[in-house]
Amino acid sequence: MTAQVVEALVHAAIKFAILVPGFVLALAALMSWIERRQSAMIQDRVGPNRASIGGVRAWGLFHIIADTLKFALKENIVPRGSNPLLFRLAPFMAMAPALIVFAVMPVGPTNRWVVSNLDVGILFIFAIGSLSVYGATIAGWSSNNNFSLLGALRVSAQMISYEVSLALNLVGVFMVFGSINLQTIIEGQGALLGGVLPKWGIVVQPVAFFLFLAASIAETKRTPFDAPEGEPELVSGYFTEYSGLALATWFLTEFAAVIMVAMMATAVFFGGWQIPWLPPTPALVATWWFQIACVMAFFAKTLFFVWVQMQLRWTLLRMRYDQIMTMGWKYILPISLANVLVTGLFLLLTR
Amino acid sequence: MKQPLRPKSERAKPFERREMTFAEKLFYPAIWEGLKVTTKHLVENIFGRKHTVTLEYPEVQRPYPERFRGQHRLMQRDDGSPRCVACMCCSTACPSNCITIVAGERPEETIEKFPMRFEIDLLKCIYCGMCVEACPCDAIRMDSGVHPKPTYNRQAAIIDKEGLLAAGAKTIATQGGTFGSRVAGHLKKHI
Repeated sequence: MTAQVVEALVHAAIKFAILVPGFVLALAALMSWIERRQSAMIQDRVGPNRASIGGVRAWGLFHIIADTLKFALKENIVPRGSNPLLFRLAPFMAMAPALIVFAVMPVGPTNRWVVSNLDVGILFIFAIGSLSVYGATIAGWSSNNNFSLLGALRVSAQMISYEVSLALNLVGVFMVFGSINLQTIIEGQGALLGGVLPKWGIVVQPVAFFLFLAASIAETKRTPFDAPEGEPELVSGYFTEYSGLALATWFLTEFAAVIMVAMMATAVFFGGWQIPWLPPTPALVATWWFQIACVMAFFAKTLFFVWVQMQLRWTLLRMRYDQIMTMGWKYILPISLANVLVTGLFLLLTR
Repeated sequence: MKQPLRPKSERAKPFERREMTFAEKLFYPAIWEGLKVTTKHLVENIFGRKHTVTLEYPEVQRPYPERFRGQHRLMQRDDGSPRCVACMCCSTACPSNCITIVAGERPEETIEKFPMRFEIDLLKCIYCGMCVEACPCDAIRMDSGVHPKPTYNRQAAIIDKEGLLAAGAKTIATQGGTFGSRVAGHLKKHI
């Protein structure tokens, strides 16, 4: 019994170590470059392309190394009057939940490709993901800065508001696929609807998808919902006082959250690792090349949604804070409730 | 005194605010339109830099206009000596007194003087081009297209005759000869 537990723990640790530093953190580092380069291209600029190693520029990819070095060499300033312990702890309180949630994300067809195939799947993501609001709030409070505090208040209000509708949006999907286990939901999306359309979440729950996208971007605190950072009003919100690698940790947390949203959208609404029109029969799933292809499909879809979020960030304007609240409580929440109701009625009548 | 009212056609008209339609309130169509624009720019800029106007400076340099006034140079005669006749026109015209000329005597009949020293202090120069305008014999020009370079000390910012001459070149205009030609013709027209 104990040996089995230890073995399972070791397996989980190895998988987590491969998935999170190997994919999530690597992509998060890459996103710091993608974001600047993509925004530059959108705005008809060139963007950072000057960092070079031995004359090789590689489209500015070395800026990742340069930025990391710069962050690492800067002083970690702890402001006077702050709570030093909480101030130093806060970035990790935000980052740990943002990374832990990847543990239940099935990136491939079998149990081999998920760190921990929990039956509560999505609920685990919500439960752990909502903890990261503590990190941001404590960061803002412990900074001893009014701008930080205001940003922290906005973060907590915004994240708690949108968590409600975020979870409600997915209820319709749970009802259609009859499970909250992510692997079961993804397997359920392999079927073809009427023999032509893949039975993806976006096909059976289109309204929920768009509301989910809005609510989840609000959860990541990115434009158009980045009032907590709101540079014109709050300097840079709850992480105003951070510098050096602590600041880099905040960015990494934000990018990890973006990847998480992309993975959630992929898993719940875009068929996860399913390759469209290629139903995963048991014989196919048993082959290693099909599994690799599925993992590739999952990562490709994830990258697409990362791109979509980046594109949205550089397309839309920041919403006013009261507009964010109005949108969350008066529009997204009622519509997702109605969506649940309609889905329930539909399922009841067609059964 | 009370101002008379403007005629109705000139008065400011109240702006009619209309209620947003349902499609507008949804915002999603508008977001879609915005995404189309930004994606178009993204794709077109990645594949071919269609809209990007940035010049990546040290590698790509914008060509200067023809009349750009850069560092000075002294033009040469056919034998390589300066065309300058040390008439002091340029140093007189110079508003910042940056030109120092020490004249020497020439045994030749038509051209009697030559510059023994000809120095320009680039730290004083304001690059106005008055010296070029004043020069009667096309000896000093500012068409080198060279920016004043930074120096480690003030002395190095003063270029001497040899330096000015090295950047110069031969011109095809004739010089010396009998009194008359251009200046006389010019004067005659106005008399």
